[in-house]
Amino acid sequence: MSADHATEIPGRTAPLSKTGRLSIMLQKSESLRAYSLLSPTLIIMAIGILVPFGILIVMSFWTQVGFGFDMAPTVANYEMAGERPIYGALLKRSLWISSAATVATVLLCYPMAYFVAFHVHRNKMMWIVLMTLPFWTSYLLRVFAWKVVLGYDGVINSALMNTGLVEAPLEFLLYSQTAVIITLAHAWAAFAILPMYVSLEKIDRSLLEAATDLGDGPVMRFLRITLPLSLPGVISASLLIFIPTTGDYITPALLGGPDGSMIGNLIQKQFGAVNNWPMGAALAIILMLSIAVIALGFMFTTNYIRKRIS
Amino acid sequence: MKSGTYIKRTNRPLQLYAVLFLIALYVPVLFLPLFSFNDSIYVKFPLKGFTLQWYIELIDREPVWASLMNSIKVGVTTSIIATGFGIFAAKAITRYRLPGRGPVVGFIMLPLVVPGIIFGVALLVLLSQLGVRLSLYTVTMGHIIVCLPFAIATLIPRFEGFDKSVEEASADLGENAWWTFWRVTFPMVFPGILASLLLTFTVSFDEFIMAFFLSGTDATLPMYIWSQLRFPQSFPSILAMASIILLVSFILVFLGQWINRGAQSGSLESE
Repeated sequence: MSADHATEIPGRTAPLSKTGRLSIMLQKSESLRAYSLLSPTLIIMAIGILVPFGILIVMSFWTQVGFGFDMAPTVANYEMAGERPIYGALLKRSLWISSAATVATVLLCYPMAYFVAFHVHRNKMMWIVLMTLPFWTSYLLRVFAWKVVLGYDGVINSALMNTGLVEAPLEFLLYSQTAVIITLAHAWAAFAILPMYVSLEKIDRSLLEAATDLGDGPVMRFLRITLPLSLPGVISASLLIFIPTTGDYITPALLGGPDGSMIGNLIQKQFGAVNNWPMGAALAIILMLSIAVIALGFMFTTNYIRKRIS
Repeated sequence: MKSGTYIKRTNRPLQLYAVLFLIALYVPVLFLPLFSFNDSIYVKFPLKGFTLQWYIELIDREPVWASLMNSIKVGVTTSIIATGFGIFAAKAITRYRLPGRGPVVGFIMLPLVVPGIIFGVALLVLLSQLGVRLSLYTVTMGHIIVCLPFAIATLIPRFEGFDKSVEEASADLGENAWWTFWRVTFPMVFPGILASLLLTFTVSFDEFIMAFFLSGTDATLPMYIWSQLRFPQSFPSILAMASIILLVSFILVFLGQWINRGAQSGSLESE
């Protein structure tokens, strides 16, 4: 390397070429260097996210004509989405199903995150890996697994009938909103645990000791210290589940039946069988906006409550 | 006696809950391998008998192999590109004072949160307007966008986990930026790179939503499974295929997490 170095020094004393000036500029400006390192990622994200979003918005004002588009801008798609009750109903149902799944997931995962943060001392990493492992594996297959479990002739029904507990298969298990909620909660559990675990792990243990010393019992200690301090984790976990599940279409397609189909299924149909892309684009935008409004509203409310508590 | 022991006292009900939680997390998935060995076309109790028939059937199916190869091609390309870009991005995020760091990181992490269907249709609309034919390349593009946040999130703790002054020392001792990277940074973050490759490969291999909107005539493995779900007679062989995929995914992710365990526990402790 010394040879490398030696050749570099005369280069520096010689009159600066254009590239030399550029490299000096790069070395001087940290943020320039940082952004040049980030540029491949930012460029692909811009091509993959910003540009498509822009075109999606533009397309939502078009009209489908046969296999082509009428590009004259019109708000007809949005008007239709407002007028036809099916769109509003599906959107409302999607929001309801994913809220229910979010609440269920957070309630079920919180004790687990609490356990690993406070009561696991050895092999903590092992527990975290075990809890999050399923999240990385095929979403489609995990949903498929629930179809096998909940099916009309599935694991639960056939086991119940075999043991003689029920005469006929329980029909509410498959093709219902319950099935969708159970599956979503299960599929996203691994994703919900991490933020809650991190915020619980961060809590300064001496605060708990102080509360104990000052006479708080376990319940009061939890309510007054652990819970408020872990709220940021609960909030981000809720958003991390609510936002992606609202647009889900695999779970409702496989397990929802007619009662359980969601706005995602409708959007997918517009790009498939119905072949009305502009309408699909408009629905996707509407979905995004409703999610954004609800997420922001949720964040403001929880912030307000947190301020009131403290 | 320390008061810490009072707080850290084992809590039996909570322990029981944790074990039940893990069982509930894994059992539904474990029914797939269970019934894949069942000698019946119907997925129901009572179990009939042990058979390897469904696995053997898979071997003779041409489309299974074709879609498997497609998925591997897409997965390998995706993991290499996403990890490569991820290394630069993670270095930029952790090593430099970055103006607008919060929004930039938030923007990069968007694909983790925004519903896949929105990205899928948005990219589909862009590609169709550009007149690009859907193929494995378009699927790879979609997967790179999905996988980049995972790669960066895996690599950031690695970069945070080692002392910046080691890099500075190397620079002071006369190495240029390129050699500092190869001889100091790269070996230090290598476990993170390996983990990122394994994890992004698995995410891409298992990804369905982007593939659903962006694949042309060449199906990836999850697309093939989706197309077969309609036929009851192919149900058992899907179970067999799903079991293999799940097993391989679990092994790859576990390996990835294990290789990278030092960085993650370190970063969690420091937080």
